[in-house]
Amino acid sequence: MIEFFQQLTNGLALGSILALVALGYTMVYGILRFINFAHGDLFMLGAFAGYYVAPWLARALPLPSVSGALVVLAVSMLFCAIIGLLIERFAYRPLRNQPRLTMLITAIGVSLFLENGGQWLLGAAPKRFPLLLPAWGQWKIAGLTMNSNQCVVILVTTLMLLALRFIVLNTRMGRAMRAVACNPDAAALMGVDTNRVIAFTFALGSALAAAAGVLFAINYPSIDPLMGILPGLKAFVAAVLGGIGNLPGAALGGLIIGITETMVAGYISSTYKDAIAFAVLIIILLVRPSGLLGKRENDKV
Amino acid sequence: MFRLVPMVFEKVPAIMRSNFFLTVVWFVAAVPVLLTGCGPSTSSSSNSQDSPTIKIGEFASLTGSEATFGQSSHQGTQLAVDAINAAGGVLGKPVELITEDDQSQAGQPAVAVRKLIASDSVVAVLGEVASSRSLEAAPICQEFKVPMVSPASTNPRVTQVGDYIFRVCFIDPFQGTVMADFALNTLHLKSVAVLSDVRSDYSLGLARFFKERFVSAGGKIVADENYSGGDKDFSAQLTSIKAANPDGVFVPGYYTEVGLIALQARQLGLSVPMFGGDGWESSSLVPIGGQALEGDYFSTHFSPDDSSPVVQSFVKAYTQRYGQVPDAMAALGYDSAFLLADAIKRAGGTGGAKLRNALAATTNFPGVTGSITMDSHRDASKPAVILTISGGHFKYVKTIAP
Repeated sequence: MIEFFQQLTNGLALGSILALVALGYTMVYGILRFINFAHGDLFMLGAFAGYYVAPWLARALPLPSVSGALVVLAVSMLFCAIIGLLIERFAYRPLRNQPRLTMLITAIGVSLFLENGGQWLLGAAPKRFPLLLPAWGQWKIAGLTMNSNQCVVILVTTLMLLALRFIVLNTRMGRAMRAVACNPDAAALMGVDTNRVIAFTFALGSALAAAAGVLFAINYPSIDPLMGILPGLKAFVAAVLGGIGNLPGAALGGLIIGITETMVAGYISSTYKDAIAFAVLIIILLVRPSGLLGKRENDKV
Repeated sequence: MFRLVPMVFEKVPAIMRSNFFLTVVWFVAAVPVLLTGCGPSTSSSSNSQDSPTIKIGEFASLTGSEATFGQSSHQGTQLAVDAINAAGGVLGKPVELITEDDQSQAGQPAVAVRKLIASDSVVAVLGEVASSRSLEAAPICQEFKVPMVSPASTNPRVTQVGDYIFRVCFIDPFQGTVMADFALNTLHLKSVAVLSDVRSDYSLGLARFFKERFVSAGGKIVADENYSGGDKDFSAQLTSIKAANPDGVFVPGYYTEVGLIALQARQLGLSVPMFGGDGWESSSLVPIGGQALEGDYFSTHFSPDDSSPVVQSFVKAYTQRYGQVPDAMAALGYDSAFLLADAIKRAGGTGGAKLRNALAATTNFPGVTGSITMDSHRDASKPAVILTISGGHFKYVKTIAP
């Protein structure tokens, strides 16, 4: 029984990180109807930004500490937001009026560019991510082991979800984002600066990816330029599972993937964990093609 | 909240439906395959005879997930080639090393080796460390009768591909036996859990040979778990292993995952010793695993602490040139190049069959990783070294002869 709850805790911790990556995916899709395949690589850049900023920051602020960790998080979010803006400006904006497929292929190109450029620039060998948070230690409750970093991830994911909902639903920019999502041309006619809104969406999505990257690296402190591929893929699946474009759906999807994978590895077969986890996904999508929380909608004509 | 449009590709562009488009795609895809497939049949050895240098090909994982393997073996190989050239080359010609990066990715070794054979007309190929990637290149070298010498692939199937494939390291049945005996007799472990990488021929092979020996010698395998190379979360498998309550955990994986596995095991309260094979050997292992790896063991090919003059002069030259102490992959890369040069000398030429016979006849070649003799399966029969991790450094424990 203890083993079962331990597996559940493991799954929850893994799932909440996937959820955090999936939030950025789904938000960009929700606004722009565009799958940013480079999201996983922005996640990687976020982790590397943290890796390079932390020792530099350690001279001014004590590390590991909460304030230090927050500053590192903020700096790498800012860094990735800027990279996101650059990618949008130079890779995606010139293609805005081309068929969707063109942009999708470009996104894959940007992703490969970041992965290989990263290996060239940052080196391919895995690096040890510095200690950012004080180890408040592990808690052992009735034989169950949980560490503070796992709780931090769950907390941050919840906060990010709430903050995103607030931005999208309750701010002026959020209203503009929803207007662009609804109909870009009509929004432009109503005086919404669509370029600005789309750029903001990318910056926000990239910042989210960076936050996920730093938190992932805190939990799994081995980072390399290809670290974004697998979490990126799984988070994309999580976003689709929850209903792509839907924020709580992405969080739910992440948790389901994380817990299924852990449970399958723990109880059925660690050899086939990915295969079985993805089979579950296929079954869910067969029953609910637009994802768990996604609404069915007719094509815009 | 957000509206949802079900499909990204609302409409398939008309051109994709036409036969013309498909035809173009077919040609674009097929032409390079045809070219590389047919190219090498214009015998490579005839070109190389009158070339001013002796071209040796090398493919290695210089980038990608197992980059330190490729970097180390390449640095060792390069050092050897430069030393050979400084001493006047082979058969009066300088040796030219042509290196291709396979990015640690499946599919790339085949591309790299085809390129080396077809367009560079190399006389022999050196590589790889990872068995999966050597297994991919070996059939191509065999097909074109270009001898291949793997520095560090330990899976037995590598040299079983054909009579042109050699290696300068020991094989996993030996390594598995060594670690099983070490666990049972030196560490006195009665029950052991195994955690191996399903994506790696090396890991699965080593796990199998370890289990066979450990069980037949009276030990018990209490848990047998897997992961996929590239995974970062091993908590599910480690929780199951912890529940089985083993005396130790055998992790025959690569350093990329071993560090994280050790960290997560300690976090979950699994504090029994871990041990593995030569896949642990990397300068990246300790920076990631840190404290969690203290007191763990692994078997490998070479220890820089070895006091023999051959080893010490190699360690000195390597450290001077690269600013780091050589690891086993560097030492094996070094040996593979010297062994090949020695075979070319003995063959008196670089023709495929002659060179192959000379390689197969290698006896008591004095390598830095020990004396190398090719057995009838073209594998090197050599002792293994066991190292432990103590104070963040690899420390020599013992040498086990075959």
